[in-house]
Amino acid sequence: MAEVTLIEAIRQAMDEELASDPRVFVVGEDVGPRGGVFRATQGLYEKYGADRIIDTPLAELSLVAVGIGSALADLRPVCEIQFADFIFPAFNQIVSEAARMYYRTNGSWCVPMVIRAPYGGGIGGGLYHSQSVEAYFAHVPGLKIVVPSTPYDAKGLLKSAIHDPNPVIMFEPKKGYRAIKGDVPDGEYTVPIGPARIAREGRDVSVFAYGMMAHYTVEAASRLATEGIDAEVIDLRTLLPVDKAAILESIKKTGKALIVHEDTRTMGYGAEVAAVLADEGFEYLDAPVRRLTGLDVPGVPFSHPMQDYFMPNPDKIAAAIRELAEY
Amino acid sequence: MQIEPITHRNTQLSQQTLLKMYWDMQLSRRLDERAWAIHRQGRIAFHISAIGHEAAQVAAAYAIHRGVDFVAPYYRDLTLMLALGMTPVDFLMSLFGKRDEIGSGGRQMPSHFNNRALNVVSTSAVVATQVPQAAGLAFAIQYKQRCGLVDPNDTAQPRLALTCLGEGSTSQGEWHEAMNWAGVHKLPFICLVQNNVYAISMRVDQQMAVRNVADRATAYGVHGITVDGTDVLAMYDAMSEAVQRAYSGEGATLVEAKCYRITPHSSDDDDRTYRSREEVEQAKARDPLLRFRQFLLQESILTDTAIEEYDERAKAVVEQAQIDAEAAPYPEAADAAGAVYKSN
Repeated sequence: MAEVTLIEAIRQAMDEELASDPRVFVVGEDVGPRGGVFRATQGLYEKYGADRIIDTPLAELSLVAVGIGSALADLRPVCEIQFADFIFPAFNQIVSEAARMYYRTNGSWCVPMVIRAPYGGGIGGGLYHSQSVEAYFAHVPGLKIVVPSTPYDAKGLLKSAIHDPNPVIMFEPKKGYRAIKGDVPDGEYTVPIGPARIAREGRDVSVFAYGMMAHYTVEAASRLATEGIDAEVIDLRTLLPVDKAAILESIKKTGKALIVHEDTRTMGYGAEVAAVLADEGFEYLDAPVRRLTGLDVPGVPFSHPMQDYFMPNPDKIAAAIRELAEY
Repeated sequence: MQIEPITHRNTQLSQQTLLKMYWDMQLSRRLDERAWAIHRQGRIAFHISAIGHEAAQVAAAYAIHRGVDFVAPYYRDLTLMLALGMTPVDFLMSLFGKRDEIGSGGRQMPSHFNNRALNVVSTSAVVATQVPQAAGLAFAIQYKQRCGLVDPNDTAQPRLALTCLGEGSTSQGEWHEAMNWAGVHKLPFICLVQNNVYAISMRVDQQMAVRNVADRATAYGVHGITVDGTDVLAMYDAMSEAVQRAYSGEGATLVEAKCYRITPHSSDDDDRTYRSREEVEQAKARDPLLRFRQFLLQESILTDTAIEEYDERAKAVVEQAQIDAEAAPYPEAADAAGAVYKSN
């Protein structure tokens, strides 16, 4: 067991999969000698060479489409999108093509492809280096979407994603790349795609979050414990498929739900969690379902005061939990 | 009408192969015409035609290693698919949306071809999306060879990826990005652009300011060639050259087949709104099937009687295929919920 950063855990997952399966390769912009703009692939080019760590033309559409084609040919591409903000040129290939391939061919072809994309704000990245784009993709049957908040989950989920025969997108909270540290076992392990994780057990309020917000929520919940508020934190980890059972199990216990994401509010992922609660958890609810989210504006503003106003943080989360606990 | 003669001669094709190619073209034409007929009868909802494209497509199929090399086709590739091994029943099943339709089990509209057993990859309706995917297939071939996962000389393995599209679709960014990849990575890749002059109603000069699609090849560092796409022999030689280039590691080729879309874009189109009947009639002098037929007669490879026999046989095959396809079951309604994810 060793403590590593989130990004180190991601690198380890790729390294181990590259070593164990010759069909696995990494493809992206600046992933080669540069080691990726966030250094996720640092050292991999030196270890596996230009044939397997592939720098692409600066074009996300073909980066993903070539991934799809090579996955159809039974390779295991790991495509890095430099920032989630830049994934939209590839939207058509992901949504119209990769997601639909298995269904539209009646199961004759599948796309075992992974897309990794750093997402999220609070890093001074402005409108185009801060976005949370998960809701666009979590709407698409045929995709699987994972968002880790710990090094353990990041490594385990990425390995599961590489083993998965379906297209999987892993959105990585880039603000936590170095800020989030945690233990990762020495040996081989995976984290299954699907089940949420109880990050903190509690009885008073359930908080559903993922990625950086799950990390912040654990911090907020620990603070509130000193005030006598016992919040349960569910780190959703996988956004698609939705782990309804975990959501309902928690609400049965607490009767109160707060959903936290840094993506904008309207039609965000929280709306789906709220719908699950309203539809199948109605009888357990003792309070309105609340959401704490980013603002409904077209992007995270650059200047710090405005950025901070946009972003949920542990203080805002603690306040929202407190309010719900008192309801 | 005077049919334009085929003048191209430098081909290595045996008589036997020429006859197989002719059969595929004849069969495709009769099948295509039947699809139009049953659409007019209200029995099917949609058809999109390959009439006028048969020579380019059959030549492409015969030039590659059929059933082994990867193919990412587009919706107009009926002849290509038949030449690769799709049966007329397969096609008719897709027209009727039958359960056992080979490509999608009735999920996709007709002519959205897919056939795993033939290494034909599924295509969508968003034009040109298949082109960068085909670059990915070609990349995978190169990757597997370089990383020692396959023997480059193993002819049982795919050694190139062929993709097709219309000239209108080359306006898409997908096409540009794919050609760029093919050039940068020197991929075993063939992009066959079937330039039939029209993207539904829009003429080619509304799509591009250059005279030929293949003129753009230089910009991507790939080899480009413009061919008479209604001359099956010229097409075969051009495609063979492209295949050799791919097999020998010399990189990608952009082949532009100049032909003419004799039919409306699809069964939902009325081409009288944008082109004259005279123009269409004139283009029939370059009907690829009739040109090939004239060649086979002139070269005494086929007699008039034999031509008639081929045609009768094609009609009979189509007739039986329609009977079989109509008798086949529809999917269960709940099959709509069918598998979305592959299990691990």
